[in-house]
Amino acid sequence: MFNISKYDEAGSLDGALEFLSEHPAAKVIAGGTDVVIKMQGGKLREVELFSIRGLAELKGSKCSPDGAVLLGPLVTFSQIAGDPFLQDNIPVLTQAALSMGGPQIRNIATIGGNICNGAVSADSAPTLLALNAELRLQSARGERKVPLREFYLGPGKVDLRPGELLTGIMVRPEEYLGYHGHYIKFAMRKAMDIATLGVSVLCRVEEGKVLRGVRIALGVAAPTPIRCPEAEAFAEGKTASAETLREIGRLAVRSTKARTSWRASQEYREHLVAELVPRALQEAMRAAGGEGNA
Amino acid sequence: MAYDTVGQREIRVDAVAKVTGKAKYTADFRERDLLVGKILRSPYAHAWVRHIDSERAQALPGVEAVLTYADVPHIKFSTAGHPYSLDPGHRDKEDRLILTDKARFVGDAVAAVVAADELIAEKALRLIEVEYEPLEVLTSPEAAMREDAPLIHEVKRNILSTFGYEFGDLDKAFADADRIFEGEYQTSVVQHCQMENQIATAYVDENGRIVITTSTQIPHIVRRIVAQALGIPWGKVRVLKPYIGGGFGNKQDVCVEPLAAVMTLAVGGRPVRLELSREECMIDTRTRHAIQYRIKTGVKRDGKITGIRIEAISNTGAYASHGHSIASSGGGKFRYLYQVDALKYEPVTVYTNLPVAGAMRGYGTPQIFYAFECHMEDIARGLGLDPIALHKLNFVETGFVDPIGKNKVLSCGIRECVDKGREMIKWDLKKKLYKNESGDKRRGLGMACFSYQSGTHPVNLEIAGARIVLNQDGSVQLQVGATEIGQGSDTVFGQMVAEVLGLPLDMVHVVSTQDTDLSPFDTGAYASRQTYITGMAVKKAAEEVKAKILDFVWGMTDTPAQALDLKGQKVIYKHSGEVLMPLAEVALQTYYDPVFARPITSDTSNNARVNAMSYGVTFAEVEVDLKTGQVGVLEIYNVHDSGRIINPQLAEGQVHGGVSMGIGYALSEQLLYDEKTGRVLNNNLLDYKLPTIMDTPEIGAAFVELDDPTGPFGVKSLGEPPAITPAPAIRNAVLDATGVAFNRLPMNPQRVFEKLRQAGIVG
Repeated sequence: MFNISKYDEAGSLDGALEFLSEHPAAKVIAGGTDVVIKMQGGKLREVELFSIRGLAELKGSKCSPDGAVLLGPLVTFSQIAGDPFLQDNIPVLTQAALSMGGPQIRNIATIGGNICNGAVSADSAPTLLALNAELRLQSARGERKVPLREFYLGPGKVDLRPGELLTGIMVRPEEYLGYHGHYIKFAMRKAMDIATLGVSVLCRVEEGKVLRGVRIALGVAAPTPIRCPEAEAFAEGKTASAETLREIGRLAVRSTKARTSWRASQEYREHLVAELVPRALQEAMRAAGGEGNA
Repeated sequence: MAYDTVGQREIRVDAVAKVTGKAKYTADFRERDLLVGKILRSPYAHAWVRHIDSERAQALPGVEAVLTYADVPHIKFSTAGHPYSLDPGHRDKEDRLILTDKARFVGDAVAAVVAADELIAEKALRLIEVEYEPLEVLTSPEAAMREDAPLIHEVKRNILSTFGYEFGDLDKAFADADRIFEGEYQTSVVQHCQMENQIATAYVDENGRIVITTSTQIPHIVRRIVAQALGIPWGKVRVLKPYIGGGFGNKQDVCVEPLAAVMTLAVGGRPVRLELSREECMIDTRTRHAIQYRIKTGVKRDGKITGIRIEAISNTGAYASHGHSIASSGGGKFRYLYQVDALKYEPVTVYTNLPVAGAMRGYGTPQIFYAFECHMEDIARGLGLDPIALHKLNFVETGFVDPIGKNKVLSCGIRECVDKGREMIKWDLKKKLYKNESGDKRRGLGMACFSYQSGTHPVNLEIAGARIVLNQDGSVQLQVGATEIGQGSDTVFGQMVAEVLGLPLDMVHVVSTQDTDLSPFDTGAYASRQTYITGMAVKKAAEEVKAKILDFVWGMTDTPAQALDLKGQKVIYKHSGEVLMPLAEVALQTYYDPVFARPITSDTSNNARVNAMSYGVTFAEVEVDLKTGQVGVLEIYNVHDSGRIINPQLAEGQVHGGVSMGIGYALSEQLLYDEKTGRVLNNNLLDYKLPTIMDTPEIGAAFVELDDPTGPFGVKSLGEPPAITPAPAIRNAVLDATGVAFNRLPMNPQRVFEKLRQAGIVG
């Protein structure tokens, strides 16, 4: 039995925006895999729910002729994992989607919810960060576009203003065409778990071993999902030797602000960053047909 | 001896009902106007409850009752699911109240609410104001045993029990030894995580008796304990056990039923459901004892053990539950594995302000065999011996007599188990292959052995009942007091009856519900006893029905019963197999013959004064990622000597489940708590790392089937044993792979990595 004081369903996007402007306290629910758990745990009580699950405008993903990919926020993790276009063109994203929860959760959890929930462990976050994804946020007053990197404000806190809905997640063609990537979800279990550390990397590879445009993004390494600019800058144009990869890993640690909790110590998380960033890069290079055997 | 149904992979009798969702569990019994009960739990691990103000909660519309310790019987009772003992000195420790005026762990029940629905009940809980007087929190046995430590219960130095044993001359044994090995080993607190949380529904029936439907392994014991806790005659309580979603020992304890009973009494007998959430179930039911061991062993140069001394400190948490018997029971079962001249076992079981530890699959043996089988590996390495050789040199033989209990081992297949497992994992080949592993990922092999009992004789009474009724069509009903809790007991009982009466399994209707008003008496599902103990009652009942059927045919045909047999639903001549008549024809006559009609039934009870030892081994192969500390189990095999296997498919299922539990114990599971406050940190299945199927490798199960003369059809125990040795086998494999000995569970990645780093294996 859930503590729900009121429940409304959106009929159209415009209607939804209007409703939200009039009911700023309403809690938006899509797949419900986060909201319901918060209700069950007593963190949300007497909550006014507003379901956007029926909004056709926010479902499905589109690819424009120039290759820009627009993911609807109601796209489920199963849909991402099973999307043939994404499997062919951005496999690191389908891989990340498949690492989340279990089949039942992936069937209902949405990518928009995963982002707006602001969890530092969100499995889609590192990869979308590495892809320089841009968010479209709409309210009754208009639309704004925010890079995902600026959207995360703190643990569980995002730049979503009252009355605003996430309406799209944009990945531009230049951010993925020619890139190869890899996601490592380091967790205590192979399913139904939250990441101890999430590592997503993207890169282009020239002449089989020269790194270009390296992006390194981490989950659970700081209060929000982060990129590792220092390591990325260092990697640019480098030949991927074992030593270079190790150095990239070491530099990635500098961008982190891990902390010790009963889940893992700061030291161990930092060690994992240093260890897993090179591993992910190696895999990405392998995917690029490069040597990747440093 | 060849059997028709026994030994076959029969489909479980409840399979279709369960997979189609038709099987009814406690939560499926919806009485009209069912009220909901909820518990107010102490936020303090150790505190006096000085005052409770429940006025605001009482006033909330929809609240039917608010209960505190002042409103419920104040009779201390024991919750442990053991048979009652006529000897007051042998009874369980009575230290629990239905609602307490002293909180002894975070989550202890101090008040409760009965309300129209869950939300009202939860709201009411928030309106109850409790004034606590916090006391020092004791989470470690060391702290609890301090001379000046506050007492959790009125026992000296918070020690619940020190019941151990000793035989032989240990000083001489150590003096005779060429080498002395010493080691310390530590297990962790884990939880059963059975699929169905604890739940009970209670109401007062039209005759004034309390009727409780509950998810329990021990319905007849629940009846007694509820009556004791409430101070009412035992016959005033009726307990029903419908289908249940697992127990693993968590439900061999009386956790929710007494409170459910006082809740219905508080609302004039209206039905009340008390259902724990997963989060509640993980703190306020039972856990597995964390036990620390110090072991000293004397060995001859060739590896022959001369003497063993085991000291154990068991952390039993806030209440006794089974705590007083678990350390002792583990030590008792251990005695049957190795032939030694002298053995001294000194356990101390200590109260602390942690969730209550109780019975859990293996009942103290996963702990002691973890410790000792790690120790055996250490000895083998110290002597430069293959652990298999060291084990074989020290195993008991068939005919071994326990020096303490004088119980004789009539069948012992441990050597056969080890030989089979060694082949399955290709031990000799891989041992050579992995000898000089280098690189960041290293592989290794490990093995560990155990001995286990079939039931609890002679410590406890082993009584079991079975009732069979022959129907008009030649089918039968079988009723037992033993409980199907997912392990498949109803199916193997059905197979036994089918075998004796020459019936197909679908002609044996096994009544899966136990009802203390209707079911034969049996103490329930624990101690891996049911196939062995209840099985014998079932076999006797079936044999009695068979004798009555053949006698009846004698009367009908003038052919002596001794010349007849039952096979394929027919009465046949024993000498030729020729069919005399269909069984259904006889059955119909037993009901309707104008002169001789007398329906055939049997109602049998078996008081077993035997106990067969079962044995087994785990072989494991692991790969350790040195750089992350992750341990992957590549292959794992359990080989069991559980006597004859009644149903190989169900037996394999037991092994698969037990081994997966053992893998979790080895690598990932641990109920974590704040050492200062006693608060549990991960009482949910996201943070408590129970392995998923994705984390579970292919599990190999095999059996060496030696008939034990004391068991029905030659069976011995199998329910708990598969969970005993995976953890030490995996630990030994990790040691083999890395050269580093992990003497503390679990071996999770951070812990493994940190220790490898300390050891200088990784930078």
